[in-house]
Amino acid sequence: MTSELARPATQMPATDVVADAIGRRYSAGFVTDIESESLPPGLDESVVRAISARKNEPEWMTQWRLAAYRHWLTMTPPHWAKLEIAPIDFQAISYFSRPKNRPKSLDEVDPKLLETYEKLGVPLHERARLAGVAVDAVFDSVSVGTTFRKELAEAGVIFCSMSEAVREHPELVRKYLGTVVPTGDNYFAALNSAVFSDGSFVFVPKGVRCPMELSTYFRINARDTGQFERTLLIAEEGASVSYLEGCTAPMRDENQLHAAVVELVALDDASIKYSTVQNWYPGDENGVGGIFNFVTKRGDCRGARSRISWTQVETGSAITWKYPSCVLRGDDSTGEFNSVALTHHRQQADTGTKMIHIGRNTKSKIISKGISAGRGQNTYRGLVKIEKGADGARNYTQCDSLLIGKKCGAHTFPYIEVKHPGAIVEHEATTSKISDDQLFYCRARGIAQEDAVSMIVDGFCKQVFRELPMEFAVEAKKLLEVSLEGAIG
Amino acid sequence: MLKIDNLHVRVAGKEILKGLTLDVAAGEVHAIMGPNGAGKSTLGNVLAGREGYEITQGSISYNGRDLLELEPEQRAAEGVFLAFQYPVEIPGVNNTYFLKAAMNAQRKHRGETELDSMQFLKLVREKLRVLHISDDLMNRAVNAGFSGGEKKRNEIFQMALLEPKLAVLDETDSGLDIDAMKMVADGVNAMRSPERAFVVITHYQRLLDYIVPDFVHVLVDGRIVESGDKSLALKLEEHGYAWIAERRLAGAA
Repeated sequence: MTSELARPATQMPATDVVADAIGRRYSAGFVTDIESESLPPGLDESVVRAISARKNEPEWMTQWRLAAYRHWLTMTPPHWAKLEIAPIDFQAISYFSRPKNRPKSLDEVDPKLLETYEKLGVPLHERARLAGVAVDAVFDSVSVGTTFRKELAEAGVIFCSMSEAVREHPELVRKYLGTVVPTGDNYFAALNSAVFSDGSFVFVPKGVRCPMELSTYFRINARDTGQFERTLLIAEEGASVSYLEGCTAPMRDENQLHAAVVELVALDDASIKYSTVQNWYPGDENGVGGIFNFVTKRGDCRGARSRISWTQVETGSAITWKYPSCVLRGDDSTGEFNSVALTHHRQQADTGTKMIHIGRNTKSKIISKGISAGRGQNTYRGLVKIEKGADGARNYTQCDSLLIGKKCGAHTFPYIEVKHPGAIVEHEATTSKISDDQLFYCRARGIAQEDAVSMIVDGFCKQVFRELPMEFAVEAKKLLEVSLEGAIG
Repeated sequence: MLKIDNLHVRVAGKEILKGLTLDVAAGEVHAIMGPNGAGKSTLGNVLAGREGYEITQGSISYNGRDLLELEPEQRAAEGVFLAFQYPVEIPGVNNTYFLKAAMNAQRKHRGETELDSMQFLKLVREKLRVLHISDDLMNRAVNAGFSGGEKKRNEIFQMALLEPKLAVLDETDSGLDIDAMKMVADGVNAMRSPERAFVVITHYQRLLDYIVPDFVHVLVDGRIVESGDKSLALKLEEHGYAWIAERRLAGAA
């Protein structure tokens, strides 16, 4: 099943020893021994050109990357987030890695690679048919296979890797790439634009409801590499699509960088539902290792009555810096953000959303649930902006924090900018602790402490889990349980 | 079934129970009465295993086992049930789901097979009918937004479902109107059996009109100072707790 991102460690005996040693089971923490070719660490124009060349990109793409790179050189990393990060040495990172034996079709994929996805529960082969979910799998820098191609093509849906889209559908890529997140949008988006490796491309033509859930599975395997994926998803007039992404990485002592950009475009009456379960390696309990996750995700409700909803469950990564946003340009368009972010041990998350109301009668809803345990630091940062012309704009924000233990932190930074006198903006926030009373009540009814904690946390997240496709919701719940192991007592 | 011997308990450094002794046999209903601050709720919490209560002296044996050695969830599985004076709200956790988890955790502990959803719901419907509780309580989050009466009703419902061997009711009557109190009493009376014992902690005699106890104990200043049958409760009602204090003084003289 696609959704089983968090298999219990019992299925992977090799990682049990490590897992026991660190007191936390990160079941996706294994390394696949596969030959890969990587560019040497370092970044300059020749690296950008080399990436582009390896991917056989047309000249316009190379120039686009170079322009982004030159812009990036003029920028400095942002420091406004409530995150403690040691400086990142961008010259120590390899910007491209791919398995050596590159398959032409799924049937030629290295069995070891298939085994990796099998272990992670991602269906790339026949099982995919049963699961009924179309999957694109990205291993380090390249896409290793996209399933259900034919079925989707019959419906007119294009679902392929970004590299392929650049070659096969250049007109679409040129029309939309960088129109939601411009190359110079921010430091990490600029870096991504210069060196992006792979990612998924989805195009749902006018009037088509995508016949199945689309899903991308990202996996970092090679050492000292960053993953810079780029995803572009377009729903034309009246089209609708639901898309899921999942992410894991091996356990390593060094920090690895993940800087992705995701752009969504919804034209008139189109609807896009984008769900993420992010379970990158979070580092150990002392904060050694883990993924630095700097992601720019933005959806453009370009058309009237269009609708974009983001749902995210963020349990992994040492650092999460991520604000999936909606630009509500079209009249009567709707944006939604539903988030569960969990930080345990030394994890830090600064995450939230931006809702930019430009069109008339635009509506947005933000539900954010932050859970902090151990010494985890969890920050909600959100902007609600109502522009002058946004007659009848409405926003509702609910922002809840749950603390487990005494050494963690929860912070809320809501920014509200209203330039229209008639706008209605509501903000509610709560902070609560799992109380001894609640735990005792559960235990006095026979429920063991750990089960009581996950029950209470699950109850806290229910509003968001409801927005996930069902199988994912079950997995998300399990993932939280595993991530919170040892949080109490 | 339950033998409490010379129990001394400290809470936050202060001695609350000062040598409490109580024997409860299966099939009996014991009422514990006493003024505020006498240690009634402490007794309930200690029996259920709440943290923060330091046992400095004495023992509690339950069906021949040392109760104090067991974790709260083990006590529950072994048949000890505490109906809370202030039931806790757990937002987002469905009442039915909570109870099924509780019941199956207890069954698992006892080596019984867990109930599936169908079996469990059947049982729930049966108990709801007996207690005249509407099933809308079951579709809400545990105690969240419940009125005082609904919370207490929910406690009694949980007791009926979990079928404990020893049920401790901690001021379940407090804050209830007469109809709600009757419902609580009906629930308890329906469950009275030769295998089951009740310890009913209450401030007022009123509840004992409906749940007729076999024994009444008066708890004052951490000790049981007077025990008797149902008539003791009536005397207390008439003369107040001051009467007990006077009698003790007289006895001492």
